[in-house]
Amino acid sequence: MKNFNYHRPSDAGAASALVSKSEEPRLLAGGMSLLPSMKLRLVAPSDIVDLGDISALKGIKVEGKEVYVGAMTCHADVAANADVKRVLPALAELADGIGDPAVRHRGTIGGSIANADPAACYPSAVVGLDATVETNKRKIPADQFFVGLFTTALEPGEIVTGVRFKAPDKAKYMKLRHPASGFAVVGVMIAKYGSNVRVAVTGAGPSVFRVPAMEKALSANFSAKALDGITIPDADLMTDIHFSAEYRANAVVVMAKRGVTAIA
Amino acid sequence: MRHEIKMTVNGKAVSGSVEPRTLLVQFIREHLKLTGTHVGCDTTQCGCCVVHVDGKAMKSCTMLAVQASGRTVTTIEGLAAADGTLHPMQAAFQEHHGLQCGFCTPGMVMMGVDIANRMPNADEATVRRQLEGNICRCTGYQGIVEAILDAAPKMAAAKAKA
Repeated sequence: MKNFNYHRPSDAGAASALVSKSEEPRLLAGGMSLLPSMKLRLVAPSDIVDLGDISALKGIKVEGKEVYVGAMTCHADVAANADVKRVLPALAELADGIGDPAVRHRGTIGGSIANADPAACYPSAVVGLDATVETNKRKIPADQFFVGLFTTALEPGEIVTGVRFKAPDKAKYMKLRHPASGFAVVGVMIAKYGSNVRVAVTGAGPSVFRVPAMEKALSANFSAKALDGITIPDADLMTDIHFSAEYRANAVVVMAKRGVTAIA
Repeated sequence: MRHEIKMTVNGKAVSGSVEPRTLLVQFIREHLKLTGTHVGCDTTQCGCCVVHVDGKAMKSCTMLAVQASGRTVTTIEGLAAADGTLHPMQAAFQEHHGLQCGFCTPGMVMMGVDIANRMPNADEATVRRQLEGNICRCTGYQGIVEAILDAAPKMAAAKAKA
């Protein structure tokens, strides 16, 4: 990789200041996407601002139905947290399915959502579980956070500090896992809040998206049968050497049905 | 710009002067000359480079040496006792012939110890799933899985006794 200046500040304010005075800065969270991208020279930052020493960004707090995960909390800690398993098991399961154990010891929720990889798992949790993304500047509702392919509503110098989830009555994340990488070919988060159901899909399109037709059908009748006849238009979905857009469109419906069946 | 870094590796305080882009695995192999940790893929997939940082398995090809400054690192060289007695996981790999060519073995053993630390009573399916970030191209998984299943409860028993 190309060389860069390295900084390891101890609070978010200092990190933000370093970002604003650097030419082409990048924030380093767990580095599970950034470092490989730098090795491939897809990105060549002038400055790396490592968030690893900012202890205020780490940790999990569960109060009642509210689950707060600090941005620098690694996937393994979310997966193993007893309170998360009790209040929001779908989130713990999702975290436990990312990458492999060594990756889960480093990769973080903040890094994952700020990177907004189309095949990342966490975006479906943020949108499906109606979370709020908290930054050093503001609170961003999930539906406004993900803007497109590797693009979020974050502004330069804005740092994700944590994610606040509302635990639903029940939820399930169903992933069609890429057999080699573990990334989501298609991942569907289904969450039931009273008579209101949210369905968020990752892996299929350039960015996470909700499926209003499924949400409406499941809100009226929470069963896999309610999804019969619903199709996902494949025009905007991704095609790669492994899976066509048409395949992904069908997989969204299959995964959604399996998810609903698992918790109905 | 070079950075002066300090960390504890296999119980010893070490230091070095590195470029920010120096990977942890390069520091371990090329600066400290601890060549037991291998580089297989250099893309976070194969697990040959797994070491423990602050007690947890991590891929040292996807971590900067500067990130490990101030932390505690254990490599494959740090597992056996000072008198050469093998760690229970190493002994189990020997016993169950958990290797063929041996290239993936350091990472497999380090991941095996990590799995045993987190889930001493893991069953076979769990161990296989936990090994998905460690690739053996000789396809020798059978012996590796048997070794981890054998060593995990022994490690837990030794810890309970200590």
